[in-house]
Order: sequence, then structure tokens, then C-alpha cells
Amino acid sequence: MKIKTKPYGEIEVSEKQKIHFREGLFGFEGIKDYFLLDSREGPFYWMQAADCPELAFVLVNPRIFKGDYELKLRDDDYKAIDAQDRSDVIDFAIVTVPEDHQKISANLMGPIIINRKNRVARQAISENDEYTVKHYIMEEMKVRKEDLVETA
Amino acid sequence: MLVLTRKPNESIMIGEDVEVSVVEVRGDQVKLGITAPKNIKVHRKEIFLAIQNENIDASRSVIDRIGEIGSIFKKKK
Repeated sequence: MKIKTKPYGEIEVSEKQKIHFREGLFGFEGIKDYFLLDSREGPFYWMQAADCPELAFVLVNPRIFKGDYELKLRDDDYKAIDAQDRSDVIDFAIVTVPEDHQKISANLMGPIIINRKNRVARQAISENDEYTVKHYIMEEMKVRKEDLVETA
Repeated sequence: MLVLTRKPNESIMIGEDVEVSVVEVRGDQVKLGITAPKNIKVHRKEIFLAIQNENIDASRSVIDRIGEIGSIFKKKK
């Protein structure tokens, strides 16, 4: 089927790319269905609202820039997407891209989890108190590099 | 706003399913216990607002340059 997207205009998508948020995202509670699109560049993905071409979020796997990232959630979060097994769940962080690209950040406080068996998704709240809504990706990568040098 | 006075170990009901009880009062801190059905999300207001605001910022991401972002990222790596 064809949908209108914010990043690429009208494109062909498959029903398999569709994910459903039973409760929507915080602040976007009314919008439940999105399509996951592979970004054509880099380690980023797009999450495009199915019925709202103007609304799309950039997602990233936090482990790409934060090697010690740990997804720590309540059991209820897994139950809310009917996940029997945690290995069925994939997770992302929502990315904020400001004018100054060096300040690109990821939200580790409100991770997106998706049960790949039924494609039900949820924005959870991290149980790790150290995670905030704004982790500057470039900064985190510098830290990571220093860590690597030390261990080497 | 409805204001009720409660002592430790007393509680209030919100509807039939939600119970908020005062567990402990110490100085300027109040420890609350909340019993609610699973479909009702319970969290601290400041966390809810922080994530909500960040989602709004994220939805306004400067997106026509995602390609550039990908390439900056690759260079750094």
C-alpha cells in the first residue's frame, strides 16, 4: 500500500511495517498507528504516523552510541504489549534533531518498545533513574571512545 | 480541587478501582501507595511532562537533513 510520509513523500509500505500503540505516545495519545521505515542513511529509523503525514519521529538503537545501555522496565510494560518473552521485544529511543546537528539527542527516559510477534508498541518509562530525556549522542560517543582507549 | 485531610494508613478511593493511601509522612515528604488497574498509568507528574515535552520537540526535528546526520554519525564512528 502507499502512504504519505514526512521524510520521503508518498512511498510504498507493507502491512508488516505497521506498529500499533494502544495508548499512543505521551502528548500524542490520539495517534495509535505508525509505520517503521528504514532510514536511507545511517543507523536511524523513521516512525511515521499512518494517518498524519506531517508527524514522524526519528528512532535509534541506543546501543549504537551507548555501549552500556540497559533497558530496565517494569514487568507491566512487557505485559502491556503482550510480550511472553523479552527476546520478542525490540526497543528504540526517540531522537530529537535540532538546527545544530551536533546537539542531536536521544530520549532514554521514555523508550519505545515493540513486540515483534504482534507489532504492538508502547512508550515506557525507564526504571533507570540515570536516564534522562536528553542524551546528547555526540557527547555520549566521545565518552565511549575514551572508555575504549582506557580499556585498551 | 477537592482537598481531603488524611492520616498515615488512611486512604481515598478514586472511582471504584483506584486507591491512594498515605504510607508515611516524614518532614516535608509524603509517601503514597497507589493501587490501580493495569490500564491506568501511574507516574510522577514531572516525568510525564518531561517525556511529553521531549516528544513534542522530537516531532519538530529538522528532518530534511537526516541524510546529513547519518553521515556526521558515520564520520564520528
